[in-house]
Amino acid sequence: MKQSITLGSVTKFIGLAGFLETLKNVFTGKLEKEDFKNFLRKAIVPLASVFLFFSLWHLGAKSLYNKEAEHRINKALEEQGPAEAEKVRACIAAGDISCQPNTLPSPLQVWASYKTLLADHYVISADKKDFKEKTAVLNEKRIANGEKPIVYTGRPSFVDQIFTSLKTVFAGFLLALFIAVPIGIVIGLSKTLRSSVNWMIQIFKPVSPVVWLLLVFMIVKTLTKNSDTDNAFIISFISVGLCSMWATLVNTAMGVSSVDKDYINVAKVLKLGPIQKIFKVILPSSLPLIFTGLRITLSVAWMVLIAIELLAQSPGLGSFVWEEFQNGAVDSNSKIIVAMFVIGLIGFMLDRIMLTIQKMISFNKND
Amino acid sequence: MAYLELKNIYKTYGQGDNVTEVLSNINLTIEEGEFVAIVGFTGSGKTTLVNLINGLLEPTEGEVLFKGEPVAGTSHERGVIFQNYSLLPWLTVGQNVYMAVKEAFPKKSRSELHAIVADYVDMVNLTPAINKRPKELSGGMRQRVAVARALAMKPEMIIMDEPLGALDALTRGNLQDEILNIWGKDKRTALLITNDVDEGIYMADRIIPLRPGPRATLGPEFKIDIERPRDKTALNDNPNFKKTRNAIIEYLMDIGNERKSEVQKEYMLPDVTPKSFVW
Repeated sequence: MKQSITLGSVTKFIGLAGFLETLKNVFTGKLEKEDFKNFLRKAIVPLASVFLFFSLWHLGAKSLYNKEAEHRINKALEEQGPAEAEKVRACIAAGDISCQPNTLPSPLQVWASYKTLLADHYVISADKKDFKEKTAVLNEKRIANGEKPIVYTGRPSFVDQIFTSLKTVFAGFLLALFIAVPIGIVIGLSKTLRSSVNWMIQIFKPVSPVVWLLLVFMIVKTLTKNSDTDNAFIISFISVGLCSMWATLVNTAMGVSSVDKDYINVAKVLKLGPIQKIFKVILPSSLPLIFTGLRITLSVAWMVLIAIELLAQSPGLGSFVWEEFQNGAVDSNSKIIVAMFVIGLIGFMLDRIMLTIQKMISFNKND
Repeated sequence: MAYLELKNIYKTYGQGDNVTEVLSNINLTIEEGEFVAIVGFTGSGKTTLVNLINGLLEPTEGEVLFKGEPVAGTSHERGVIFQNYSLLPWLTVGQNVYMAVKEAFPKKSRSELHAIVADYVDMVNLTPAINKRPKELSGGMRQRVAVARALAMKPEMIIMDEPLGALDALTRGNLQDEILNIWGKDKRTALLITNDVDEGIYMADRIIPLRPGPRATLGPEFKIDIERPRDKTALNDNPNFKKTRNAIIEYLMDIGNERKSEVQKEYMLPDVTPKSFVW
């Protein structure tokens, strides 16, 4: 019973509840006739769309594959003659890795790559564990001697990259939160300040993540000249924060400046002091808007993170994608697609988490 | 010396060519312990008048004297019950009242303050709902919270801006009695703004019609000589009640007709501005 409740809440959380509920009713025979339309809308149509998506993908990938293969054969024919062309054709037909056309991978290839990445992760974590055990004694000694412990410097697995990316995005998000919310409140309160910084917000808001990255790079590079800190991480999380904070800044300022006049009147009639007025009236009433801003910020942060990691060479999903692209191995393309799905799913989860928090905070809830 | 005195009040909104004169030449005196009702049409400037008295607005010309002193800003001595409740939706009933009490009596201890809150919430019969948020309450309950909040600050004067306007007739009747009860207990001064002549006659000592705006001004006052406590059902047969009621309604109707014949095309638009999402 308890499990079904948690399952229910989980599916509701990710927005699948209606679909699964209907599907369950179909299998348990509980579906009434008048529910048929409902069933069609909530179960069949989504399933059909998933099926359609994968078939289109499969067909598209197949036709691209054929085109690429054709191109290779023709090239061989032109440059090396018919005998070589025949050889290439046979090689492709046999599925030899060395001569596979490199193009959009099919769903099955992507699935295979997913499993490869997972297996790779287990190998690397086993490796890491081994390494830790081996160096445990030595590291203790080194720490006792005031030296730096030896850390695992092997290749990170795909799962490690995900966690690195999450770490960066949260650091960036927190930075955005701590910069944008206080500033937003201050400029929301003062009309003068608002019009004096407006130009800055309007100009910097649309600046591309890449440019922010370069700007942060210029500053951080100089500041950390003499230390051996992890520059890439600092640069990428600061850039993420700077890129994504604008939504929160604008929303907070708007929320604070557009508090219902009735509440302001209440504050005046009760003669609340300025601090009291801000914390007891203005902030609570603008919380929903602030949270809307934070939600946008988090999704923007996740989106720009990939691009920034890709450029800043800081570890994470972005650099994973870039490295795979540069790598050009047979399964590189399908690994990139796996990363694409993982990025999408994590972005979706982050958004849902923020939505849930936003709903909890909101005082306008109807239930 | 009058308790509250309005001297030649003019109030205009806007500037230059867009000036609208809402209130014009308002003179009013209220004695201590009196219950005065101002009756007027919707949009006649009643809320502006109230805001001038409670200190949310300043008159363009003339002055508002409270106990001989000109009104500057709001004061805890004048409790306000707003037309639209104005409860803070993120606070519970108890917290809404507590916030007001804490501001009014900053020197009292927490437990004393909580005792006051409990008292006043109980007075408006909302003890069972003390931990609920305004959204979960009916309109009548919300207005009762607003009443409790205003009264818990123990103001010397209660200013009510159409406090019962949004309520159904039955709830209205009950709340009228509750407010009268509270007023009768320690004889505070009260000013009631309403659009309901019956309500005014039932509750007030004096009724003053507000001639509709723009350039609203006060009409002649009507004294209500009916013994307190007044009985709502018996009131209907009271000749005094009938006479006063007819006189007031006739007066208001006359103004209405006058206004109709005066200018055909003058619409009072509601005072709303769209929220600007661009700044």
